[in-house]
Amino acid sequence: MPDPAVAKIPGVLEISLWRRVKDHLATAFAVLTVVLVLAPLIAIFGYLVYKGIGSINLSFLTQTPKPPGELGGGMANAIAGSVLILAIASLLGVPVGIGAGIYLAEYGRNRFGDTIRFVSDVLNGVPSIVIGIVAYAIVVLRQKHFSALAGGVALAIMMVPTITRTTEEMLLLVPNALREAAFGLGVPQWRTTLSIVLRTATSGIITGVMLAFARVAGETAPLLFTAFGNQFWNWRLDQPTAALPLQIFTYAISPYDDWHRQAWAGALVLIILIVSAVAAVRIAVRRGTLGGVA
Amino acid sequence: MGVGIQVENVNAWYGKSQALHDINLKVEANHATALIGPSGCGKSTFIRCLNRMHETTPEARVEGKVKIGELDAYDGTSPTQLRRRIGMVFQKPNPFPTMSIYDNVAAGLKLNGYRDKKHLDEIVERSLKSSALWEEVKDSVHKKSGASLSGGQQQRLCIARALAVEPEVLLMDEPCSALDPISTGKIEELIFELKAQYTIVIVTHNMQQAARVAEYTGFFLLGRLIEYDKTEKIFTNPSDKRTEDYITGRFG
Repeated sequence: MPDPAVAKIPGVLEISLWRRVKDHLATAFAVLTVVLVLAPLIAIFGYLVYKGIGSINLSFLTQTPKPPGELGGGMANAIAGSVLILAIASLLGVPVGIGAGIYLAEYGRNRFGDTIRFVSDVLNGVPSIVIGIVAYAIVVLRQKHFSALAGGVALAIMMVPTITRTTEEMLLLVPNALREAAFGLGVPQWRTTLSIVLRTATSGIITGVMLAFARVAGETAPLLFTAFGNQFWNWRLDQPTAALPLQIFTYAISPYDDWHRQAWAGALVLIILIVSAVAAVRIAVRRGTLGGVA
Repeated sequence: MGVGIQVENVNAWYGKSQALHDINLKVEANHATALIGPSGCGKSTFIRCLNRMHETTPEARVEGKVKIGELDAYDGTSPTQLRRRIGMVFQKPNPFPTMSIYDNVAAGLKLNGYRDKKHLDEIVERSLKSSALWEEVKDSVHKKSGASLSGGQQQRLCIARALAVEPEVLLMDEPCSALDPISTGKIEELIFELKAQYTIVIVTHNMQQAARVAEYTGFFLLGRLIEYDKTEKIFTNPSDKRTEDYITGRFG
């Protein structure tokens, strides 16, 4: 029995055909946008697998490049070099970025904080090649040669603004009630920030860190005149070092078919490395939650 | 054991607006004192001045003297030192969501560097027992997160967390306002038992609750303490017209 008071308002009780059509249209539009976003991703990955998988073999993963014109050889030194440079970049960039984010969220409600926010947003928009030049000026010129360290510094500078801003946003999402609960127990502010606020926001901060990591892992321009590239193995921080993006770039513009094939394989390996690094960190963090007071 | 609280000429501000005017009050040790009054009258601000929580709000400021037992809260005592002796329970239950039930209760000790595992076990059990939660959670203290409990259980968990650091005073800011009548009943019983060991100051909107649990009651209005006396006196024979109007429901 319809409520007479409601029934008097036209269109409240029955849903018109036009409204149902609109509902379906909106849903269809949402699905379409998802497809549009995912299609390039799937296409790129599919094409990389198609072009690259055939060239990934044991020698590609274990050998250094052969001289131009010779068949075979691999990118093992470039894979290792990328891992080395990204490790340096993360070791430098992640603590600085998270530290700055903590400052902005917990202490930075002032002019100084606003300045840092502004500078950090500007830094986020600086072209990567310019950041490469900065690292060249502050590391390479001083050391007098190209190095893994210089490449790591360039990538670290690129990571910092993303990590800073996501850390700040994530910490601000933590309800103030939790800070007060900790203060109420006589926990000092620094301890509250580290053990309560940071912990509660961990998964969001990890997302920011992984976004920054994935972004710089594929960067080529800032490495051109910092890490420089190397045809041989190198584990020393102060020596020129190969990196996957550099190696892909060199091979892709070469005139040799075998190198082109290896460039495809290198691109596929790079994507797989990034995806597995992100996945590994996520799993590790999920295991670590609910583990008690750190 | 609980200690008394002495408040002299306390004024508090949020930015430029004054929230408390010249509050003077003496809270008896090992008794429950209720603070009543309409919304926005300054009750919560007042208890937040007792453990210096008020000053954590940006641009908030306090003047005056507060003594917790022999400790001068605003002179020569750090907020951290002070808050270790004053437990606080908030309006909305706020367990730490990333921690298990056990770690929530142990948080105050662990975060202050206490590590003796065996003693912690004892304290956690004792605190959960005093907050009447132990029987319901004893099999899952390590497995379940504090956030997975029901609202009433969460609030009792927060009480256990406050008791674990063995405070002398327990401040409760409308601890039952988000709870159903059964949970409220449990917490009121709890307050009754806790009085033996702690000095309790409770802010409440519920006048029956004040009458049930507290020996002393203070009535706040527009940032002023209008009347403060034995609960019986306040509810049966208040000396101020405004108190009478409020408790008889003529306004507020």
